[in-house]
Amino acid sequence: MNYRMIAYLSGVIILIEATFMLLPALVALIYGEASGWCFLITILAAGAAGFLLTLLRPKKRDMYAREGFVITALAWIVISLIGAAPFTMSGQIPSYLDAVFEMVSGFTTTGSSVVPNVEVLDRCMNFWRCLSHWLGGMGILVFMLAIVNLGGGQSNHLLRAESPGPTVSKMVPNMRKSAAILYSIYVGMTLLQIMLLLLGGMPLFDSLCHSFATAGTGGFGVKAASIGYYDSYYLQGVIAVFMVLFGVNFNAYYFLLMRKWRNALHITEVRTYFGIIAVSTLLITANITGLLGSVYDALHHAFFAVSSIMTTTGFATVDFNQWPGLSRLILVMLMIVGACAGSTGGGVKVSRMVIVFKTAAFEVRKLLHPASVKVLTVDGKRVSRETIQGVQSYLVVYFAITVISILLVSLDGYDLVTTVTAVEATLNNIGPGLEMVGPAGNYSMFSPLSKIVLTMDMLLGRLELFPLLIMLMPSTWRKH
Amino acid sequence: MKIIIIGDGKIGSILAEQLSGENHEVTLIDRAGDPLEQSNNLFDVMVVEGDGMAHAVQKEAGVESADLVIACTGADETNLLCCLIAKKLGAKNTIARVREHKYVEELSLIKDDLGLSMTINPESMCATEMARVLRIPSAIKVDTFARGQVEILKLPVTEGSVLDGMALMELGKLRAKVLVCAVERGENEVYIPTGTFRLQAGDHISLVATPVEAIRFFRQTGIPRSRVRQSLIVGGGRIAFYLAKQLLSAGMDVKIIESDGSRCEDLSELLPEATVIHGDGTDQQLLREEGIEHMDAVVSLTGIDEENIIISLYAARATNAKVITKINRSSYEDIIDDLELGSVFYPRKICADNVVRYVRAMQASNAYASMETLCKISGGKVEALEFRVTKEAAYCGVPLQDLSLRKNFLIGCISRSGKPITPRGSDTIEVGDSVIVVTTHSGIATLDDIFEKK
Repeated sequence: MNYRMIAYLSGVIILIEATFMLLPALVALIYGEASGWCFLITILAAGAAGFLLTLLRPKKRDMYAREGFVITALAWIVISLIGAAPFTMSGQIPSYLDAVFEMVSGFTTTGSSVVPNVEVLDRCMNFWRCLSHWLGGMGILVFMLAIVNLGGGQSNHLLRAESPGPTVSKMVPNMRKSAAILYSIYVGMTLLQIMLLLLGGMPLFDSLCHSFATAGTGGFGVKAASIGYYDSYYLQGVIAVFMVLFGVNFNAYYFLLMRKWRNALHITEVRTYFGIIAVSTLLITANITGLLGSVYDALHHAFFAVSSIMTTTGFATVDFNQWPGLSRLILVMLMIVGACAGSTGGGVKVSRMVIVFKTAAFEVRKLLHPASVKVLTVDGKRVSRETIQGVQSYLVVYFAITVISILLVSLDGYDLVTTVTAVEATLNNIGPGLEMVGPAGNYSMFSPLSKIVLTMDMLLGRLELFPLLIMLMPSTWRKH
Repeated sequence: MKIIIIGDGKIGSILAEQLSGENHEVTLIDRAGDPLEQSNNLFDVMVVEGDGMAHAVQKEAGVESADLVIACTGADETNLLCCLIAKKLGAKNTIARVREHKYVEELSLIKDDLGLSMTINPESMCATEMARVLRIPSAIKVDTFARGQVEILKLPVTEGSVLDGMALMELGKLRAKVLVCAVERGENEVYIPTGTFRLQAGDHISLVATPVEAIRFFRQTGIPRSRVRQSLIVGGGRIAFYLAKQLLSAGMDVKIIESDGSRCEDLSELLPEATVIHGDGTDQQLLREEGIEHMDAVVSLTGIDEENIIISLYAARATNAKVITKINRSSYEDIIDDLELGSVFYPRKICADNVVRYVRAMQASNAYASMETLCKISGGKVEALEFRVTKEAAYCGVPLQDLSLRKNFLIGCISRSGKPITPRGSDTIEVGDSVIVVTTHSGIATLDDIFEKK
């Protein structure tokens, strides 16, 4: 294990985080909030620590799969621990455990909150919560890859560990350029959303925060009633559409930029994703029309809820916890499916679902024609046996973690729906679940043990299980 | 530059490594997923799985906007077809690996029709370099510049030689016009020496000289300069064939030992002047029987690295012959360097160097000077580059002492209208000159790069 390289890269990441923390400090300065000092202190401390770590120039720059996984897992834990400091220091979230929960929820783009009413938080604190979504959405390591030249192709291990999806493909041969393209698309779409929200009359501060939270498919807001606070179908519509857009595989946007329309429109995963959104929206609309009175209102809120849950954002316009059983069940299922691979969303990912269901269909056909040979293809390309096995073992580990987490959280003695959806909402990086953790509720009532379990679930979900599990395995750290 | 490499084999992967290392955008195409996966992990490249001959696959790799397509799969026919398709789809330049003897002959006929910029024949390239060393057996490595008028020779400084302990400024009294351009000491140290630099026994020195001056230098310093008359080649593969052909045409006697009977027949048909022996080259008895003790040169060219190492170790101990060893895998280089294997040649590397040289020349040739040759000396840590000055530039006509050369750069030779000049402070660079630059910096693209920026 190349410890010096791990230390060095952690230092770089801490420096990047410290730089981004200047933004909330600036917000504090503009609004004259005293809690801005907490950011400055954290920036100075983290900056010093990061600087010292980067002085440890690695002797050799060799990085293999294990270093890639460990750096990724470690980096996410470290940035969460540092990012949580201002909350506790300023007394806005007195318990450090709660602050870490909030910060992990931010970076993993979950959006589960322990704060009963976010409106009492200082503006700089709210800004930092939303900015953490934006950073975590595309990934802080990908950001590092875009600005730091690691040389060699070994940085591929980092990209693979942080990017969601069963397989990772670069858009262009050069790692730095690929990362830069991803971030350019990301920044461009975020700016567009900010502009559209401003046009709809949303205040600048709110527009910034909500756009950051939408881009990362996070779900933190600055209002207690989430997006429901804005009584404008235009604003809600813009956010709903952008949630859907940020849940699309970014390869599609790259194809669009390259004017390869056919390629962009023929990605099976993206088509399936839009199909699921359409069908779910129609079913829920039919189900809740009676409740809301008009078909138009029902369609609007159903679309918002579906896109919010499917993309694992977690914004709400109305309390969907009050909806009938069928609608709520559809939403829970969407939680598990999640967004596309290569997007900023969480969940199991549509592409894994496509592969699993195609494999299942093949196996059934194989029972009829035992001697038949058929190769599984997605987008006209053969899916390798390793990928299929990888997806299957991912699902097994996923369900094992779900079950263990549910058992641990159930020790708190809350009702079944609360317990199960709390785990699902954190593991899939959504935010709100149902009942007590629904859009109107929050996570503050859980015991410290449950909070730790749910915090771990958020990290496991964002990093797609394996980096964190590998970091926790003793054999990873053993010297062969 | 955007470069597409078709075939992720021995040559393909080393090309991907070196070209991506020089910040080119490299895309690898191969039919098999496993080697691609490995290359993807090791180098900063993009990989595309599929048949390189299929135009859909080439398009996916972005062939339309590619500056260069290199086809180096195992089959010549595939490579030629890949290049033909790539050219039709809009690739600017194409390079094909062609190594079958029969195609090499007819290539000059069809090269233009196929639109090939260059063909690479790793075996023939390797054989040429080996033949050069056999011409001057005291040298470990020989590179030629300015159409053969200037050579860079790598020599060991032996214990008790005149050179041991000599400062470079004293070389002048040897009355041979040579210039020491690089000194390797120990495992990792490489110097571009100045006049006060003192040589030690065990150093490997590289010197720039004309062939005539090199012989004079050998005479002055007492380095043996006997010619190779009898040579033994163990292993009768493609390199052996190309090497034997060159040695025979230089008037040497060549004996080839090959274990495969039908290959022996082929060789004897193709090379009627050579003595072809059917037998196991690792058999000590056979080697002695064929008179290994009396050979001036022994070349180990079997397909198995371990066999080559054993044969060369034996030859180095049992004879005074110049020993040459071919090694395919380059992973244990540091260990191999410690062994008494004479001159070690890595065909993959030689081939990769040739392609890298071509790629550099492609982008390096600016309006004032074009790169003609690039050689890696001293284990790849030092590069010797030849530039041809084509147009009046700022550095033309200025005495060298007034031009500030960057650190670790050295002008080894200026060749003017066919006459090599060992440069002194008062000499100048003129239009039409070939300038040989030696440097420890990698990736020099133009002649302007060697001067201090004003």
